Amino acid sequence: MTDKIQINALENEAIYIFREVAAQFEKPVLLFSGGKDSITLVRLAQKAFHPAKIPFPLMHIDTGHNFPETIEFRDRLVEELGLELIIRNVQDSIDQGKVKEESGRYSSRNMLQTTTLLDAIEEFKFDACIGGARRDEEKARAKERIFSVRDDFGQWDERNQRPELFDMLNGQIDFGQNVRVFPISNWTELDVWTYIERENLEIPSIYFSHPRETFVRDGLIWSASEFVYKDEEEEVEERIVRFRTVGDMSCTAAVASYATTISEVVAEIRDSSISERGARIDDKRSEAAMEERKQQGYF
Amino acid sequence: MEVLKIATAGSVDDGKSTLIGRLLYDTKSLTSDKLEAIERSSKQKGYDYLDFSLATDGLVAEREQGITIDVAHIYFSTATKSYIIADTPGHVEYTRNMVTGASTSQVAIVLIDARHGVIEQTYRHFFINNLLRIKDVIVTINKMDLVDFSEEKYNQIKADFQNLVTKSDYEDQQITFIPVSALKGDNVVEKSNKMDWYKGQTLLEHLEKIDTADIYNRGRTRFPVQYVIRPKTEEYHDYRGYAGKVYGGDINVGDEVMVLPSETKTKVKEIYFYDKKYQSAARRSSVTLTLENDVNVSRGDMIVKVGELPKIEKKLTATISWMDAKELVPGAKYTLQHGVNKVLAKVSAINNKINPDYSGIETGVSSLKMNDIASVSFQLNKPIFFDAFKEHRTNGAFILIDSQSNNTAGVGFIE
Repeated sequence: MTDKIQINALENEAIYIFREVAAQFEKPVLLFSGGKDSITLVRLAQKAFHPAKIPFPLMHIDTGHNFPETIEFRDRLVEELGLELIIRNVQDSIDQGKVKEESGRYSSRNMLQTTTLLDAIEEFKFDACIGGARRDEEKARAKERIFSVRDDFGQWDERNQRPELFDMLNGQIDFGQNVRVFPISNWTELDVWTYIERENLEIPSIYFSHPRETFVRDGLIWSASEFVYKDEEEEVEERIVRFRTVGDMSCTAAVASYATTISEVVAEIRDSSISERGARIDDKRSEAAMEERKQQGYF
Repeated sequence: MEVLKIATAGSVDDGKSTLIGRLLYDTKSLTSDKLEAIERSSKQKGYDYLDFSLATDGLVAEREQGITIDVAHIYFSTATKSYIIADTPGHVEYTRNMVTGASTSQVAIVLIDARHGVIEQTYRHFFINNLLRIKDVIVTINKMDLVDFSEEKYNQIKADFQNLVTKSDYEDQQITFIPVSALKGDNVVEKSNKMDWYKGQTLLEHLEKIDTADIYNRGRTRFPVQYVIRPKTEEYHDYRGYAGKVYGGDINVGDEVMVLPSETKTKVKEIYFYDKKYQSAARRSSVTLTLENDVNVSRGDMIVKVGELPKIEKKLTATISWMDAKELVPGAKYTLQHGVNKVLAKVSAINNKINPDYSGIETGVSSLKMNDIASVSFQLNKPIFFDAFKEHRTNGAFILIDSQSNNTAGVGFIE
């Protein structure tokens, strides 16, 4: 038996939030993308409910354009931890004619995920969706609540949010509404990485340095893949890169890096002069890109 | 890594955003893409300086109007601490946002424009910091460059502010004065070479020195049960764990405890944090307890040490900060959420309205409007287990939820 618990304020806050979700909602779900933030969430949920199993399923909204390494990792983690995983595909929403595939140079399925997500929420009657979004990521997210209420259409009313006082979380909603929950709201990218290092968490290989076929557009390094639009004159070259954030292949840019271990990644982030979302092509659309997407029901 | 949460409040032109921007810039927390965006926007607007407010005002409406409407969270870190700034607007119509920002903070920065000195808004900021029992208040006297870095000016503002402090009933509050120029960077992170007369620390030096473990006075141990863990597996067949966060003081294996409201006595058998057992859990830790006896405990119950009972009552009076557009009136019913415990509450009387500028109270008030602060009495359908807010910052606070809109309509500090 160890004497004293080492207090990590952010970890304790997140565990507290997870327990509030389990207590206040009937059908929560943890949105899991296989990225570092959702991997962190899974560990925090394990800590919150040990020795019981995590009392809600995981759900992945699969764009079909994911990095194969992430999908492999996702399936292995779920298997090892004995978790329940629900998968809903953007392709199905396209086939049903609910959304239209974007075309052209900057086409991505990132926006289309919203429809698939909202349909899944309705299908399973989820009343709380737990996500790994963080306030330091983006300026619209800096305004996000820990319990963020969405109306029947999944919309975010950013001008009319509930105040959150002390650590009291108000999860009271009407039938049909749902709450998006962000347990690691107050973590920074560096906090997530140091936690992954401390907890010795496994993460997909694309977070580490590897050779990859890429091309450069607008100063960003894009993956050359069948899912990513590329002009004839954009030249593909093998580069040594890694990914700082893992989304859809069409909206996530790589960074040049030789970091092959977690501690090298942590050191690199500490010294980095570019923010994490700087490599998100979806945010470059306009200054209010994130706010607009969130209003429509995006995470 | 330690985390320190800081509340700031201010108006558009007192240089708050510039101060935050300066903290970010001088601690190298602004990444090059964010800095480029600020440079681009500043240039577009025709400014000849960097408009750091663009880094903090996140919503479109805010950028259009050039004001901060909501609470924005800003993050930066040094080698020793992670800082979270809850940045709120300073106008009277945003009192509720200031209260919200201060409720999650441990330290407050009050900004004063050296040209204008202590103004009505300064009174309000300080009042809210008192109401919320913020122990460490840093008064930064900004724009010193515009008053020729005058020591006399600084001393006068300091004296005016200290006069204000005499109106406060919070004796343990620590107040620190720092003369700064956020625009030029004097005494924010780097020591100023223009104010040799100031021998104190820079703003960041002061923040770095604060002991986050001891920012509040210790109170009695309170363990509100959040969730009951029953694995029902072979290995943990009879396991019943009570999950929650420890408030006020430590809790140890073997402690004689009482479960409320049943008033059953038992002992702490085990303390779990994840898969490990510990001898002791410090306040602010999210742990799981098991108890010696098989007692009936559910969410909303509270575990306390024997001999350290809180008040257990169905009536209470609290200072309310009202946050809803729908007015509070006598007779109205709300869901009262005290920590994780919910009861029904009926407003029995509005005793008086409190002017948040120390100018006194108003009696004969028939309703509370958004941003009002008042003393209100309630009747509850079930007793809650509370301490006075002044003695226990967590167990003395509650929120009121409107049962029609489900909105958090107000916050209460129990008297």
